[in-house]
Amino acid sequence: MTHTTFFIYLAIIVISTYLIRAIPFVLVKNQIENRFIKSFLHYIPYAVLTAMTIPAIFTATESVISAVAGFVVAVVLALRGKSLTVVALLSCVAVYLVELIIRMF
Amino acid sequence: MKNYRRGLLAGIPIALGYLSVSFTFGIIAVQYGLSVWEATLMSMTTVTSAGQFAGVKTMAVPGLWLDMLISQLTINVRYSFMSVAMSQNLDKKFSGIWRWIFAFMMTDEIFAVGISEKKVTRSFWAGLITLPWIGWSLGTFLGAFLGNVLPASVMSALGLAIYGMFVAIVVPDMKKEKAVIIAVVIAAVLSTMFTYVPVLNKVSVGISISICAIVSAVVVAILFPVDDSDDTNISDKSESEVRNDMISGEVSKGGAV
Repeated sequence: MTHTTFFIYLAIIVISTYLIRAIPFVLVKNQIENRFIKSFLHYIPYAVLTAMTIPAIFTATESVISAVAGFVVAVVLALRGKSLTVVALLSCVAVYLVELIIRMF
Repeated sequence: MKNYRRGLLAGIPIALGYLSVSFTFGIIAVQYGLSVWEATLMSMTTVTSAGQFAGVKTMAVPGLWLDMLISQLTINVRYSFMSVAMSQNLDKKFSGIWRWIFAFMMTDEIFAVGISEKKVTRSFWAGLITLPWIGWSLGTFLGAFLGNVLPASVMSALGLAIYGMFVAIVVPDMKKEKAVIIAVVIAAVLSTMFTYVPVLNKVSVGISISICAIVSAVVVAILFPVDDSDDTNISDKSESEVRNDMISGEVSKGGAV
């Protein structure tokens, strides 16, 4: 691939991705009043995050067992109201420890 | 400055997650024929995992420019929904040129943190995107340049960082709102089907996530529309009341220190 070809491809990717993000971000200036759209926008984050997390989280690590351990630790800490950073880091630690134990046997 | 620092902190788990994902991207991009700098430049300017992976594959074929455009649009269309939702959650000063400048970092993870904030200020957003952008670019560079250097055990553990963060955002609100539980269950069932049911599992990840999320949010929005009264109360508040809230907010924060 020549440099020119690469830059044309890159330009397509960068411009299309940027505009998809920026246009709604910039153009929607006022508070939306429609109750259905407000409700939809209220629930969409939970729906997006869940769809991205389940079932992908269970295959995100080397073994399903360590992933389940990380998931359980995350849920328990989240229920106790720990911050995002704490939950994320400690669930990583749980994965690391469980995989360490798995490798010992 | 306080907001910027708070944003920086909130960005740490995202940055860690990005580091491991973009590391993988760097390795793959080089395998598909990109140079280290091309891969890094692509990450610095694009910041989208699924779109970039699809992009290097199309470059390698090499695919038509139109193919590239269509695949990018379908994979990334979910960002439009996020941008609309985020636009409702921005501070007054976060407008005009600032939205044009900062829109490029609207990723799934940044959106997740931003939407769970009360009102996002420019400086919080700037702080929030700083480390993830560095993590994404640096991870790509390292992956492309070094190949696999981090021990597999650490890579594996870091793979959970982003999901752990998602759990931390969603689960507490499931406790507060029953409707959120329904939204989560619907999205989880659909997404599992799109992963394992034959034919459905042929749909690309970017599109299937959009479908799952839209169906779930539409169903729950119809069954459990949000209470209008809360928001009217906020907009009905007089300027002085809002100012009082801000002042008392400052006082209580000061008291805590």
